[in-house]
Amino acid sequence: MTDTTATEHSRQDWQSDQEVRWCPGCGDYTILAAVQNFMADLDVKREEVVFVSGIGCASRFPYYMNTYGMHSIHGRAPAIASGLAVARPDLSVWVVTGDGDALSIGGNHLIHTLRRNINIKILLFNNQIYGLTKGQYSPTSEQGKKTTSSPWGSIDFPFNPVSLALGAEATFVARTVDMDRAHTQDMLQQAYEHKGSAFVEIYQNCNVFNDKAFIKLTGRDEREINRIDLEHGKPVVFGPDDQWGVVMEGGTARVVDVSAVGIDKIHVHDATADSPAAAFALSRLNHNPVGPTPVGVFRRRPRTTYETTLQQQIHDSQASRGPGDLARLIASTGTWDVKG
Amino acid sequence: MDPTDNQVETVHTAAIRFAGDSGDGMQVVGARFTDASAIFGNDLSTFPNFPAEIRAPAGTLPGVSSFQVHIADRDILTPGDQPDVLVVMNPAALKANLSDLAPAGTIVANSDAFIDRNLEKAGYDTNPLEDGSLDAYRLLSVPMEELTKTAVEKSGLKGRGVLRSKNFFALGLMAWMFNRPLDPTLEWIDKKFGRDEEVRAANEMAFRAGYHLGETTEMFRHTYAVQPAKLPAGTYTNVTGNQALAWGIIAAGQAARLPVMYASYPITPASDILHELARHRNFGVRTLQAEDEIAAVGAALGASFGGHLGVTGTSGPGVALKSETISLGVMMELPLLVIDVQRGGPSTGLPTKTEQADLLMAMHGRHGEAPLPIVAIASPSDAFETTIEAVRLALKYMTPVMLMSDGYIGTSAEPWRLPDLEQLPDISVRFATETNANGEFLPYLRDEKTLARPWAVPGTAGLEHRIGGLEKEDGTGNVSYNPANHEKMTMLREQKIARIADDIPEIVVDSDEGADVLVIGWGSCYGAILAGVRRVRGRGMKVARVHLRYLNPFPKNLGEIVSGYRKVLVPELNRGHLWRMLRADFLVDAIRYSKVQGQPFKASEIEAKLMETIES
Repeated sequence: MTDTTATEHSRQDWQSDQEVRWCPGCGDYTILAAVQNFMADLDVKREEVVFVSGIGCASRFPYYMNTYGMHSIHGRAPAIASGLAVARPDLSVWVVTGDGDALSIGGNHLIHTLRRNINIKILLFNNQIYGLTKGQYSPTSEQGKKTTSSPWGSIDFPFNPVSLALGAEATFVARTVDMDRAHTQDMLQQAYEHKGSAFVEIYQNCNVFNDKAFIKLTGRDEREINRIDLEHGKPVVFGPDDQWGVVMEGGTARVVDVSAVGIDKIHVHDATADSPAAAFALSRLNHNPVGPTPVGVFRRRPRTTYETTLQQQIHDSQASRGPGDLARLIASTGTWDVKG
Repeated sequence: MDPTDNQVETVHTAAIRFAGDSGDGMQVVGARFTDASAIFGNDLSTFPNFPAEIRAPAGTLPGVSSFQVHIADRDILTPGDQPDVLVVMNPAALKANLSDLAPAGTIVANSDAFIDRNLEKAGYDTNPLEDGSLDAYRLLSVPMEELTKTAVEKSGLKGRGVLRSKNFFALGLMAWMFNRPLDPTLEWIDKKFGRDEEVRAANEMAFRAGYHLGETTEMFRHTYAVQPAKLPAGTYTNVTGNQALAWGIIAAGQAARLPVMYASYPITPASDILHELARHRNFGVRTLQAEDEIAAVGAALGASFGGHLGVTGTSGPGVALKSETISLGVMMELPLLVIDVQRGGPSTGLPTKTEQADLLMAMHGRHGEAPLPIVAIASPSDAFETTIEAVRLALKYMTPVMLMSDGYIGTSAEPWRLPDLEQLPDISVRFATETNANGEFLPYLRDEKTLARPWAVPGTAGLEHRIGGLEKEDGTGNVSYNPANHEKMTMLREQKIARIADDIPEIVVDSDEGADVLVIGWGSCYGAILAGVRRVRGRGMKVARVHLRYLNPFPKNLGEIVSGYRKVLVPELNRGHLWRMLRADFLVDAIRYSKVQGQPFKASEIEAKLMETIES
């Protein structure tokens, strides 16, 4: 076992001795490599990094990282990671989850973790299908999707994970795509640097049960006209020669021809805006059925973390009342003596 | 009138029950009477009994709230089978409580509330204060509302607030009747209401007026003296089980030299543990009010993974929700304290009433083979030490532990002799800091004696490892579906828990020479069983008694003990959980004595059942 007191510099150092077992061609391999490369470039010690996961294909992730890790139970990773991060603010705590894990069984924990702004980095691998249980529709599957559990087409209306996270007032919300490793690493970097809960949706291809679900975003021919790269402080434009842009009308985002309205009318993305409303409107552009898809950082807003405030309360309480004295505590409601 | 005219009757024990509408402040005055008695030096035991409804309509039977306190000049074990004095603030309180009153007991009634509307709500055709139906009792009708109004006139308080003080009027009257010291209550009123001078003054005036009414009115010439109890020497305080349990968690953290994380979701009757711990941030205890029960246990387990003492507390329905995560804790072999303050079930059941019907859930309520230690608290004064003991087992054996309490223990109060904190056990742990197998770290390499695995926490360089819910390969902890390995690991987990029997005290039977009936109990039945046993012994009969703190594993000599008596009686507030376990483990034809009324056993019930068993 290597001593890791020095900063790591190679991807290999972050690989565990476990054989990686995902289906050949799974998008998870690409994300794993991106995370390992990203970690290798970071000034962080391996022993101070913890990956916590729930259940699902993505949730095997911690086994393959040569860090501390826990493969827990379905949907509960954010809750477990919350306890760990609150207890140990010195650690870098990451949650790896999937669309079923995070948004179905674990939906409650996800929104409350985001609400509390606990310093956890949540990577949601979204392939819009249940892979581990072999192909049922998921909370992000489009309406009408035919699967083993929805032979007549899914009736459920899907969640948009970015909209959901913004609705929970997450302080950092981003989206990226497994095929674009450079973009993924950039989103990981920004999530890591954010103090508080960071939510990163990663579109991930399941080549067995939902192949090419994101082809419009990744295909050579389509991606240019479908992908919107959000950049803080820049007008939201996309397409060949930035032909199209996004305007805000009554709180709704709408795609327009830039030459028709003029670049001055195009919405300028402000990731740090106090209100998540504009970011939310942007997140609706590609929702049900389809539309041009924004990727990048939707929201990056500073807010005190849960554990910082808790630590402050402990500090203040000790400053004003002194460190806890058990003898005084148990006598605090009044005592009397009985003579022998 | 010269107060020396009073007839003072010295009694050894007395039980007083305050009963009224749930908005009448009966719990408050009950607690104040208790504190004054504790400071006076009586031994005591209390039994708060309040409705589950948020606030049932005023004056109705479901809205009745009561608080019983038993005071004595010797050590007592229960809040008393029957109140000797019943204070009733309205007809519904009388109706709901009269059947419990001791024969020829005293009723102190707020006669102002016995008006037609209230009588009708309580289902009375005629006024029981006037129709002779209470002739078998000593009835004292007091116009408490009118007298309170007059008394608090000078406080400046106006409107509806005036009548709120009537509970303190009733308390003052009882303080006089039982020769309670006034100062503790007056100090409490100052502290509690000091910010609002009018309310403070009104409560004090009402309290004093009640006291003076007793002193000056002829109908109250009869008072009672209960002398201070002869308890073992020491410094005492008055505790509820939930309070002592919370303090036990803090103490356990100190004894273990570990920071504590208490994660919980509010649930009756366990919430007070969260409330108590949340108050004491200066002890460094982190409390987290989770979004649900599952998150609460998850956060506690996450904290344990990080090297903290993870604790979660709840009541039965909450344990049901936590069970999957507790199983994960069993598989990952991490320490975790799970507190179950049991209440009547199933489902929402009787949320404010007590029951012991979660024992088999604690024992078996997980999927797969998932054994864990179970430790039970016997009384409020036992909670502190037993909590520390449960934590000791969790840390030493790297396992979740179930700590069983119940609503009766949690909310009732009794004197507790303060422990010598210098004598707290050292339950500190040693985290793994180095590799343990030829330069490698095997997270599932076990201690030969305890079978516990090493606890290596994140942040420790060189010991990075992954744990999780999938079956572990022996030693490495890697995922393994190997059939033989699964069986081996199942056995190892089982043996680890079984070996705790070597680490807990053997049972010492409290037995009369030649007794052939053994009564065996656990948890909050402690007081009623011991009191029942004393009564049986007082009748010259022989009996043996065992009270279990450890429910899993059982103490090593328990089998020998239960097989050594002709009859084994098992009283429980359930349909026979321990009874079933004893029969299954030891093949003894134990006798079930079950009560499922949401109420604790009475000493008289145990006495009667024991007499029947002995004589049969």
